Amino acid sequence: MGIAKFVLKRVLLGVLTLVVVSIVVFALTQALGDPVEAILGREAQPASVAAMREELGLNRAVITQYSDWLSGLVTGDPGISYTNGVPVLEVLGDRIWNSLFLMLVSALVSIPISIAIGTLTAARRDTAFDSTSSATSLVLASMPEFVTGLLLIVLLATNVWQVFPAVVRIRPGEAPWVDVGALVLPVLTLTLGVVPYVSRVMRASMIEVLESDYIEMARLKGLPERTVVWRHALPNAIGPTLQVIAINIAYLAGGVIVVENIFNYPGIGLALRDAVTDVNVPVVQFIAMLIAAIYVVVNLLADVGTILVTPRLRTRLQ
Amino acid sequence: MTIVEAGLQPGLASGRIDPPSGRRGVLVATLGLWRTRIGLLLVAVLVGIAVIGPLFAPYGGTEFVGPPFTADAPDTLFGTDKLGQDVWSRFLLGGRTILLLAVVSTLIGLAIGAVVGLVAAYNRGRLDNVLMRTMDVVFAFPNLLLALVAVTTLGRRSWVIVLIVAFTAVPRVARITRGAALGVVERDFIGAAEALGESRSHILGREILPNVAGPLLVEANLRLTYSIALIGALGFLGFGVGLNQPDWAQMINENRPALSTAPWGTLLPIFAIALLTVGVGLVADGLGRAIAGVDRARPT
Repeated sequence: MGIAKFVLKRVLLGVLTLVVVSIVVFALTQALGDPVEAILGREAQPASVAAMREELGLNRAVITQYSDWLSGLVTGDPGISYTNGVPVLEVLGDRIWNSLFLMLVSALVSIPISIAIGTLTAARRDTAFDSTSSATSLVLASMPEFVTGLLLIVLLATNVWQVFPAVVRIRPGEAPWVDVGALVLPVLTLTLGVVPYVSRVMRASMIEVLESDYIEMARLKGLPERTVVWRHALPNAIGPTLQVIAINIAYLAGGVIVVENIFNYPGIGLALRDAVTDVNVPVVQFIAMLIAAIYVVVNLLADVGTILVTPRLRTRLQ
Repeated sequence: MTIVEAGLQPGLASGRIDPPSGRRGVLVATLGLWRTRIGLLLVAVLVGIAVIGPLFAPYGGTEFVGPPFTADAPDTLFGTDKLGQDVWSRFLLGGRTILLLAVVSTLIGLAIGAVVGLVAAYNRGRLDNVLMRTMDVVFAFPNLLLALVAVTTLGRRSWVIVLIVAFTAVPRVARITRGAALGVVERDFIGAAEALGESRSHILGREILPNVAGPLLVEANLRLTYSIALIGALGFLGFGVGLNQPDWAQMINENRPALSTAPWGTLLPIFAIALLTVGVGLVADGLGRAIAGVDRARPT
């Protein structure tokens, strides 16, 4: 009962967030900025400007343009691409799935690694391993993704060693997993963006659990330290890190924009850059809303998940 | 606890909780950490290159000096770029824009975020709720995505980029400031200032702000790395300010196709941005550790 109400409240808040995001996206592209001026330039003939406004439906009232666009989004018809007159969903096609696949693989690789590193550094607190990993993650956390990705290319794909390909070659209609070797560097770049944050929080949470009474109890019972850490402490330490894990999975939705452009991976990030270059407003708007929706959904799942795995919070709701 | 603490604070009469010696203590502790020293050194070198480097550029930024993408072009240190321009000169000239835009946008974001956070913490109630929920909405959007949406039709003008980057910094700064200020607004000297009839802006700016300066300073450094990363990412994607202006991020974008034959046009700016962001990040971490350490040592 309490939980159902909580979930409903969070879903409504998520919908509200997306509505506000849609206003921001629309305002930035179609109200504050002028698509026609951006396409034709400032010195365009007034006649051709008027014709293009008419053609793209930009001469209607702003509020009508917005409500038409929003209802199109909700009903699965996000408009027509400016550059070739093809529906936006058709332009993107498999690219949406390619990006989701890249996000999923990166999450599946980076989250277990982060949890393992966080747990190990907490169990071996203040050893050389702990301080090395803390220094490494500090350096990695400061570097932008495009720098990490390009350094990986320099190191592993071109100048130093040539182990992995520097570009992903997936032809249209091909599944992204046909060439696993090409996926290594994109996934590694995203993983290096996630691990420093999640492992740091995991370490702190783990240290707190390891100092608690019931862990002391398990040790006094004579259980081997490995069992204490991995079987008794770990499940209790993950709960508080769920939120951070979610934020980092949501971060992947933005991270793919840069990573796809570094490695030429055919997903929505690559499509977004092309669309921004061509002032293809409907495509930009749709990708923006899609990424924001992924963001909101992941955060929602994390909130609900945190409640479900934390007994104290669960009972407070009832 | 508040009473005990207030009794121990010599600076209570002046309305400050942090006595000057405490703040100097933080500074000493910060500089005592190796990570801060390395960070400051990196920042000094990279800012030095960006600011005084242009004086030492052997060629002009758009001067044609040899065939394009030639690593060993005569009379050049690091070869030529995509358009046959001198890589070394463009590297020396290319740090100013990104550094200036990043610093300006961080300062704007910091100022707005601090005001929002202070107002939210001091007023509490509905205003606090509305402000922080609004900040949550901005969080629901990856920064780079927002910047790309903005440059689509508003164009790659520097004011657009500065305002958008500043805007993305506001929610985090507001949240950090609010969190730190919530502990301060409860203290006795705020009540004393209210009883004296001090204006709200005086209480926010003179009484609360100095007491949240530490966390805000750490956040300022963190925001600076993010601003550099965001402006760099825009340039890397080809949406930097100004066509063919020497700029580190745009150099990476232009010269990347020749990474294996003429690598310096890409490598120099990559190393520069990497060391600059790592340097600022190390300073932020050193500051954060020093402040946490001093806080822990304080009697409570």
